[in-house]
Amino acid sequence: MRTYDLVVIGGGSAGLAAALAANDSGVKDILILERDKELGGILQQCIHNGFGLHTFKEELAGPAYAERYIDLIKKQEVEYKLNAMVTHLSDDKEIEYVTPTEGYVHIKAKAVILAMGCRERTRGAIAVPGFRPAGIWTAGTAQRYLNMEGYMVGKRVFILGSGDIGLIMARRMTLEGADVLGVAEIMPYSNGLPRNIKQCLDDFDIPLFLSHTISRIEGRNRVNQVTIKQVDEKMKPIDGTEKVFDVDTVLFSVGLIPENALSEEAHVTLHHRTKGPIVNESYQTNVKGIFACGNVLHVHDLVDWVSLEGAKAGKSAARFLKDELHQEGRTIEMVAGDGIGYIVPHIVNPDNITVALECMFRVTRAVKNVALAVYRDGELLKTVKKVHLAPAEMERIMLSKDDLKGCQSNIKIQISEVK
Amino acid sequence: MQKEMVCIVCPIGCNLKINLDENMAICEVSGNTCPRGDAYARKELTNPTRMLTSTVKIEGAQYERLPVITSSDIPKPMMKAVMQQLRHVVVQAPINNRDVVVKNVCGLNVDIIASRTMK
Repeated sequence: MRTYDLVVIGGGSAGLAAALAANDSGVKDILILERDKELGGILQQCIHNGFGLHTFKEELAGPAYAERYIDLIKKQEVEYKLNAMVTHLSDDKEIEYVTPTEGYVHIKAKAVILAMGCRERTRGAIAVPGFRPAGIWTAGTAQRYLNMEGYMVGKRVFILGSGDIGLIMARRMTLEGADVLGVAEIMPYSNGLPRNIKQCLDDFDIPLFLSHTISRIEGRNRVNQVTIKQVDEKMKPIDGTEKVFDVDTVLFSVGLIPENALSEEAHVTLHHRTKGPIVNESYQTNVKGIFACGNVLHVHDLVDWVSLEGAKAGKSAARFLKDELHQEGRTIEMVAGDGIGYIVPHIVNPDNITVALECMFRVTRAVKNVALAVYRDGELLKTVKKVHLAPAEMERIMLSKDDLKGCQSNIKIQISEVK
Repeated sequence: MQKEMVCIVCPIGCNLKINLDENMAICEVSGNTCPRGDAYARKELTNPTRMLTSTVKIEGAQYERLPVITSSDIPKPMMKAVMQQLRHVVVQAPINNRDVVVKNVCGLNVDIIASRTMK
């Protein structure tokens, strides 16, 4: 059985950045396994502009951003396999995959980086009543059909969910000649970026129905009607608030879930909130030598952070392979306090921090003019003022090596009033 | 008179406030956290522009569509006309990233360029 030093599962933005960083750190026996017919992952269908402001200091379309990384992978001669579907991963890092040319292959790795990305929540996940006709898509699937395969999925469209993919598809379908009749959002605020509300909905006079959800889908063969209803503060639909739209297409943009079937097979422990692996400061999971980064770890809002996280996981895997990663020693727990949903990494071994620790987290409610307070073992360490915080946007706080020095049990981050 | 708008230059999305005098000329922009917000507000009230991304048909490639982008921002009212023109464009693979697909689209002095390499 062939043994690789490092196998990266997934050749999207996280996997590419991880493989490149590991290669730069001296790991030369790397294999990337990608199930699609080319590298790049979801970026290849995200043809809109705005990627790379942090990484490249310019705004690129998704495919152009991916190409920068793919070019480097080719230049550095990092090995990758396409159309390679990983079917099994074990906790002793044995990997089974299938490709059309090699058939079934069984390999082993000294280290593994999980970079499988995430999956869209579907209509089934939120149980929308009504018929189950054709014409109902997740927004991302419709995006791939439209932008890559050349199929327009419909002409009269209603969209459920105001996350960024839903908003971007509202604009995209409109530009391609469809009538987008509206976007319904169950929350009283949009989960998309304000700029996307402006340039994807307002620019085209597409109505956004906040505190509304789809209460019924009609149509025997093809969808022909949706009914939306306003919801109360407990998200219960209110009778008498129905609005009916004649449509041939419904797009669902109702959230993303990290894709962890393989992680679970390898007995990687998942976090109840992120639905991704629990990792330490080195992005290592509870299984020694298995690392995770990108949307398989937690769903990001910007690809730049995915690339950054991938690079850190790649560097850590290189340190692990050189036996430079401290596996023993004291452990600091990262605690999500009031208003914080989760913090990545979840646990920290300060011996492995070389310069500083970057904590990434999401808040649970939209608030204005507050502070983020960091507590070390229950004592206030520092506060960072924030003009606005929203669940749709990832937040980051840097903790220096000194900040962590002397910490005995935990670091807590919470939202607090500005004094 | 005061107008409010959301800045779309970057993902921060600043809430801008624009003070106008009696001739509807812009006196002051506030709420922006960088100079680009000021410039955006002035442009948005006089000549709003957008970057446009779309796809064109490609033959002989691994996909049916090639993603494209305008070489710079175009006036917002021209987006429909540009989309109309792109509907008739067919290119042949191979295409390199940044190749010009349509020169001077709709006479705007803006090119339509490929946003990836496709073979």
